Order: sequence, then C-alpha cells, then structure tokens
Amino acid sequence: MTIPETAPTIPRAQAERTTAGGTQVPASPPVPARRRRTGPRLSARRALIYAALLVAVTATLLPFAWMLLGAFKTQGELLRRPITWWPEQPTLENFVVWFTELQIGTFFLNSVVVAVFTVLGNLLFCSMVGYALAKMDFPGKRFLFLLVMVMLMVPGVVTFVPLFVLVSKLGMVSTYPALILPFLAAPMGVFLMRQFIAGIPDSLIEAARIDGAGELRTFLRIVMPLCGPPLATLGILTFLGSWNNFLWPLVVAQSEEMYTLPVALSLYSTGQNATDYGLLLAGSVLVITPIILLFVALQKYFIQGVAATGIK
Amino acid sequence: MAATTNTMPAGTSRGAGRPPARAKARAGGSRRRRNAITAWLFAAPFVLIFGIFMLGPLVSSFLMSFTDFTSRDIDNPLAVGFVGLDQYAALFRNPQFLHSILNTAYFVLAGIPLTTVLALALAVALNNGITRFRTAFRVGFYTPVVTSIVAVAVVWRFILQPDGLLNLILSWVGIAGPDWLNSTTWSMPALILLAVWRNLGTLMIIFLAGLQTVPADILEAAEVDGASAWQRFMKITLPMLRPTLLLGTVLLSVGFLQFFEEPFVMTKGGPLDSTLSVSYFTFNQFGFGKYGLASAASYVLFVAIALLSLIQFRALRSKD
Repeated sequence: MTIPETAPTIPRAQAERTTAGGTQVPASPPVPARRRRTGPRLSARRALIYAALLVAVTATLLPFAWMLLGAFKTQGELLRRPITWWPEQPTLENFVVWFTELQIGTFFLNSVVVAVFTVLGNLLFCSMVGYALAKMDFPGKRFLFLLVMVMLMVPGVVTFVPLFVLVSKLGMVSTYPALILPFLAAPMGVFLMRQFIAGIPDSLIEAARIDGAGELRTFLRIVMPLCGPPLATLGILTFLGSWNNFLWPLVVAQSEEMYTLPVALSLYSTGQNATDYGLLLAGSVLVITPIILLFVALQKYFIQGVAATGIK
Repeated sequence: MAATTNTMPAGTSRGAGRPPARAKARAGGSRRRRNAITAWLFAAPFVLIFGIFMLGPLVSSFLMSFTDFTSRDIDNPLAVGFVGLDQYAALFRNPQFLHSILNTAYFVLAGIPLTTVLALALAVALNNGITRFRTAFRVGFYTPVVTSIVAVAVVWRFILQPDGLLNLILSWVGIAGPDWLNSTTWSMPALILLAVWRNLGTLMIIFLAGLQTVPADILEAAEVDGASAWQRFMKITLPMLRPTLLLGTVLLSVGFLQFFEEPFVMTKGGPLDSTLSVSYFTFNQFGFGKYGLASAASYVLFVAIALLSLIQFRALRSKD
C-alpha cells in the first residue's frame, strides 16, 4: 500500500489542477498543438464522440427528468398506459401533501441538524487527531494510525448489531445523539487530514514552536489556515454522507418526529402510500433538490475531493 | 481480526512510524512526556468516539459471533452462552446464506468489470476526445452519485415496471422487456444496472485524475512515430494507468461486496431471495434477533473484503 508516502502532495497538486477549470492543465499546452492538425477526419471523429457522450449523459440524467415530470402528474395520469411524457394537467398537489399532511419541515430540520453537527465534529476532531498523527511524536501513534486504516475496511454491517445494542442500553434510541455520535469523527476524515497536514513543511511548525507558540496556538494559527482544501473536501463529503445516510437512521429513528428525509421517504414508500407514485416522486424531488443544488454550486470541490481520496 | 491486521502493516508502519523519534523520546524526559500528553489530548475526542462507537462494536461483534446472543440478551449481555464456532458452522450449512454468497459474487463479478470499462471509456473520452463542455459532462455523469438511494429507488422502481419507461425505450428497438423486479432472472441485472449508474461517476473522476499523470510528451512522441490512437491507448495510457485502475477496482469491490442498499430499497431481497446479498442476509438475522449468527455472517464478509484487498494490493505492488 503506497498511500502514506505519496499522498501528502497529491491533494494540493490535485487542487491546483482541478480548480484551474477542468481536466486540461498539464505543463505543455496541448490545445494549440491539436488545433493545428484538425483535419476533416479528426473533427468527424470528435463530433462522433460528442454525440456518444450526449446520448450517455442524457441516459444518465433521464431518471431525474422522469422523477421531476412525474412529480407534477396526477395519480390518474401516472397509472395510465401508454405512459405520458409531459404532465397533461400539471399539479402541485403532490408537493402540497408533503407540506401539509406530512411533516416535511420536521424531517428536513432533522436532516439539517444531523448533517451540520456531523460536519462540524468531523472538521474539528479529524484535523486535531490528524495534526497529532502527522506532526507530533507520542507512544501509541503507529498503533492508532493502524487502527484507523483497518477501520476503513470494516463493512458497516459488522459494527451494526453491537452499535444498536449499545445505543439501546444507553437509552438513546430516537435521539439526535444516536444519529450523530457514531459518525462524528470518521476514520476516512482522519486519514485525509493526516495526509494533508503531513505535507505541510516542518519548518513552518518548528518556527512557530521556537517563537514560543504552544501546540494549540500552532494548530489554530498555522496549521488550520493552511487546511482550506482538505477541510472543504471533508466537509462536503461528510455532508453528503450524512444527508443520504439511510440504514442507521432507519433503525434508530423510531418515532416520526426523529425521521430524517430518506427515512421518511422510505417508510412512506413501503406503507399505506406505497402506490401513491405522485406523492413519492414529489418526495424524491424534495430530498434530492438541496443536495443537487449544493453539488452544482460546489462541483469543483466535490470532484476534487473524490479525486483526492481516490488517487493515491 | 488477525487477517485484517495483516493486510496493512507494511504501508501504515512506513507512513506513520518514525523509529528514530522513539529513541529520542526515551532521552527526552519530562518535556517528552508533556508533549505526549498534549498529543493524546489532541487525539482524545477522536479516540473517545472511535473507541466507543467503532472499535468497541467491532470487538464486541467478534466476541458475539462465538455466542448464542439474541435480542432477548440485551438487558443482560454477560449471561449468554459460549458456543465456539457453532454459529459459523450453522452459517455454512444455511442454504440461504450460501445463496446470498452466490448472489453477491454475481453482483461483484458482473458489476465491477462493467463499471470499470464504462468509467474508463468516459474518462478517456472526456480527457482526450473533446475540448469543450468537459465540466458539464462531468457534472452530468457524477450527479447520480450525490443523490439519495431512497429517492432514486422510487423513480427506478417506476421506470422498471413491466410497462414502464425502460421497456418502452426497449420496445423502440424491438425488444420486449421483462418484468424486471419480479423476475428471478432479471432482478439482479436490474440492480446491477442501478449500481453501475450510481457508481460510474466516482470511478470516472478517479480515472480522470489518473489520466492527468500520463505525460503528454510521451503520447506526442508516440504519435510522431506513427502510433495510432488505439495503439497509444493500449501501449502507453493503459499501462501507466494501472495503479489507478487497480486502486479504483479495489475501492469499488470493497463497496460492491457490501451490496445492500439497492436490494433493500428495490426488491427486499426477492423475488425468491434472488437479490439477497450477504449484507442483507446479515441485516435480516439482526432483524430476527439472532445477533450471534448476524455477527458471524458479518465477520465472514469482513474477512472476504480484507482478503480481496490484500490480494489486489499484492498484485499491484509485485508488478510495479
């Protein structure tokens, strides 16, 4: 496993590349070179690639279009065959039910509260332990890092049962702590922060220490301000994970006022509303709209984050 | 547990450990001790959460798998009986568990090559084939990754109905589509399709990052020497991309082996257990209150994941 040595430099290199707008920032400028030999054969090939990509991306996004169109259809139209494309009598009724009869405000608030606390916890705790692992010497350090690495491979179902037993014994079923605490400091975040902080020059940190700054001051004033890119990555990936987290909330949020959005949608889609497609499609639109808006606004950081955690 | 600890030490010890620092620590005295305390204070919040909510459950699950722990024992966990390897023996005699292993293998063996080849094709097309709209395409292909599986399942169940959108599109090219989710033959292909759709974006981004590491001047030199685009891809790009490809497939197989959410929201493991995965089997045993059996099943999965990662990383390192 070559991760530890090579990765520290990658997040920053990656950040520079991806922030510069897309994928084409190698040292040599390939674009002019290409332009020169753009003959008719080449441009025909390029047109073919564009066409293929366009078909592929349309197919990829079609389910979302279908979801959005369906959310404005009446139940009668959704059940009619052959299927219709555009809603014939567009209706907001499906959305109205979510906001009146079902407490979508509560579910939304629960999702936001859980996600915000999970993100803040990860940003703070993962960078603290990441700093200790990267820049301090202490007995047990290697063992701690080994445990973090092992935990990265543990499937969710392994800890699921004892975790539920624990939460029940602590009387935390259907509480915010049960939804938040298990995810408050993810091993992946520790790994990410440690790798980035290890790439910060020792001289910077030594200089602060020589100036008499304590570790806390060095951490807050020197290290944290340099950690913008990995913190953005960590924050976004944690938010995404928390917002879409499903199985654990489904098991521990047992009363309706603690449901998060995916839990509520899942329970309604198996309960008495199972065949109310319009309602379910509108619910799906409401669940994914915030995250899609966030993704489109911050897509650079999303993609940079995936590349940084993926490429080693 | 033994199997897992073995998979990591080489990489981790090189990364985290600095043996010379240890020797210094011994000479340091009280200042060293104060530094160690500071370091552990920095680690403390993580260590607490990690210990209570991750490591503790990981160890308990291991211990539980050697007992007859059931949901009735929650109030008095220490009263359970030790049964040795009985749960594991029962597991491998359970036809449903064996079926779930075959289903998981089917999903992994079909899903991984499919996702990898498609993601690689997209990454190469975006990186080398076009010059404009890259960001738009990237965002488009990545969108399924960010959306909630529950929301996505609602629309996919709708699309996969016998007279739904997918079969309508298939009928345009003369194919009469099946009742995807209610057929023991077609339910798994439908879930594989869904998984490929959801995971393509992640792998594509990883491959795009990898493609940036292929030096442009080597490719240009090969072009000057008369190598065709296909030859350049096979002889230069692909070999240089091997570490990224292997890493991508390792990440994907760790995820795919835990295959759970797709059947949970789409088919409930049916029809006739045809989409019941190992994770799903484990979850069901948990639901039935058979915590000992569930823990044993989850450790079988854990060992499989650890072994597979070990093999893949070995293969990656030996050829480098």
